[in-house]
Amino acid sequence: MMAIKLALRNLLGAGLRTWLNVIVLSFSFVVIIWHKGFLDGWDRQAKTDMIAWELGGGQYWERHYDPYDPFSLNDSHAALPHELSALVGQGEITPLLITQGTLYPSGRMQSIRIRGIDPSQQILSIPSHMLDSARDELPAIIGTGMAGSTGLRKGDRVILRWRDKNGAFDAREITIAGIFKTNVPTVDGGQVWIPLDKLQQMMMLPGEATLLAVKNTEKSWPEVKDWNFKTQGVLLEDIDRIIASKTAGGAIVWGILLLLAMLAVFDTQVLSIFRRQKEIGTYVALGMTRGQVVALFTAEGALHSVLAALLGAVYGIPLLALQAARGISFPATSKDFGISMADRIYPEYSAALVAATILIIMITTTVVSYWPSRKISTMKPTDALRGKIQ
Amino acid sequence: MNTEKIIEIEGLKKTFSMGSGKFTALNGIRLDFRKGEFTGIIGPSGSGKTTLLNIIGSLDTPSEGEVLVMGKSVGRLSAKESASLRKAQLGFIFQSYNLLQVHTVYENVEFPLLLLNTEGAKRRRMILDALEWVGLTDKINSRPAQLSGGECQRVAIARAMVKKPVIVLADEPTANLDAANSHNILQTMEKLNRDFQTTFIFATHDEKVISYVRRKIFLEDGRVARDEYIKPKMTGGQTHDGH
Repeated sequence: MMAIKLALRNLLGAGLRTWLNVIVLSFSFVVIIWHKGFLDGWDRQAKTDMIAWELGGGQYWERHYDPYDPFSLNDSHAALPHELSALVGQGEITPLLITQGTLYPSGRMQSIRIRGIDPSQQILSIPSHMLDSARDELPAIIGTGMAGSTGLRKGDRVILRWRDKNGAFDAREITIAGIFKTNVPTVDGGQVWIPLDKLQQMMMLPGEATLLAVKNTEKSWPEVKDWNFKTQGVLLEDIDRIIASKTAGGAIVWGILLLLAMLAVFDTQVLSIFRRQKEIGTYVALGMTRGQVVALFTAEGALHSVLAALLGAVYGIPLLALQAARGISFPATSKDFGISMADRIYPEYSAALVAATILIIMITTTVVSYWPSRKISTMKPTDALRGKIQ
Repeated sequence: MNTEKIIEIEGLKKTFSMGSGKFTALNGIRLDFRKGEFTGIIGPSGSGKTTLLNIIGSLDTPSEGEVLVMGKSVGRLSAKESASLRKAQLGFIFQSYNLLQVHTVYENVEFPLLLLNTEGAKRRRMILDALEWVGLTDKINSRPAQLSGGECQRVAIARAMVKKPVIVLADEPTANLDAANSHNILQTMEKLNRDFQTTFIFATHDEKVISYVRRKIFLEDGRVARDEYIKPKMTGGQTHDGH
């Protein structure tokens, strides 16, 4: 306790020198917490959005279906398994039929993926109710990203071409019944959503689907022949990997920030021990053991991080709270990431994140403070009193 | 004069390595100090006075011989025991004051009491008493940079005396002070010596200090050349050297 009391007295007495280090350290605290909170917020938002818009509580995939292989789509369809058909009626499962197609907006040709979805489904956030048209037309909905790239607007009509199950090309005019906004690029870019039954007719695949999105994650879903069940966790593995790579990249930023802050503390400690030799000699003359002097100097270094945490709290809490409430806008780049990224990310700052950051910085600061302070234990007090140590 | 021996030095030799050779700072010192003495170790630069003071203060150890301070052999004390001896029994006054620059006068004087874990209210009373002895009660919140040299040395005296140590070791305490300030702090120390029977040992070659001490130990080339006891010149309201 005495070491901490004296260390605090020394630190506060040192004035500007202390506060410069404290400011640099507090900046590290805030930036590290902000950066991690941003990634956590993005992670949470991305997962939430993907679950809501694309994944549901898990999916049954027809055994040939491979989302990364467009050529597999021709074979990736099968009749709804009878053991699950009752659940479709109960709204527990919604089937989707997927095929390749071509769109001709404004005379251009664009490869797309046609997705058939039940207009009455409630499992995914796709506003499929917009497809519920009584008119004798083929309604379609697209995302804002797709609308932007094709120049299509609500009410526009455009030619859609596809191949049926026998490989024969066919084409038909579709009407854009609605444009929806989503943060999930995989349901937006290059995707055209039409009613499931229409697509089944067009493909000559009545009652067939490519995948079945389920509602309930908790439920134990049965194994079904020719259909592979993918849990929500499995379906989220890709985004987990992307976030992990971003976290690893972030760790380098933290490392650099931490290193800069630690360099400032280390430098101060080395200089202190050189410059404050007489003071060290005086401490020993007054009755401190060299171990106590080492503890005092280590405590001084470590207390930088305590003061930095307090200072960081003063400006960091309001700043980060404001950002958490208002979010951070990324309108220009959000579509370039290839994974779900909202126009506005709401950082997520957990107590564990703040506590872990403070703990890591405090431990690191204490270590870099102790390191140069060990020299004190080899000092001769008589030489220290005369300031003779080089 | 109290006859209790508080420091006994027998056959003290101290050598330092100097490149390939050795320098003998103290050579065969034999001395005793009794409680309440007001002693000057006098000699030119390099005569070994500071080295002797450092060894008595257990900041250094003898190369040969025995130095007993309060019955404890300085050469045989562990670092912890040596620190404990300094903390409880010894006070130091330095030529350049060695005050803690970022601490206030109050905090500087408080420091030895913090090391002794003296309880809060008692500590405050002792600090104020010490500052009153040296006449600095109006400067308790000042920092050393705001004080004159004389005031700084008085803070150093208060810091050395606040725990009422048995021995105060003062290394050239007047070297950085003008004559008036020198007499002022010497009178203060003389009074404290009288009031508390604290043994003061000065390392000095300053005539002003020499005029105050009641025992003069002259060192030459690391040996005791003369050891003189003097009857105090000062009585009643008289001052030294006409001051």
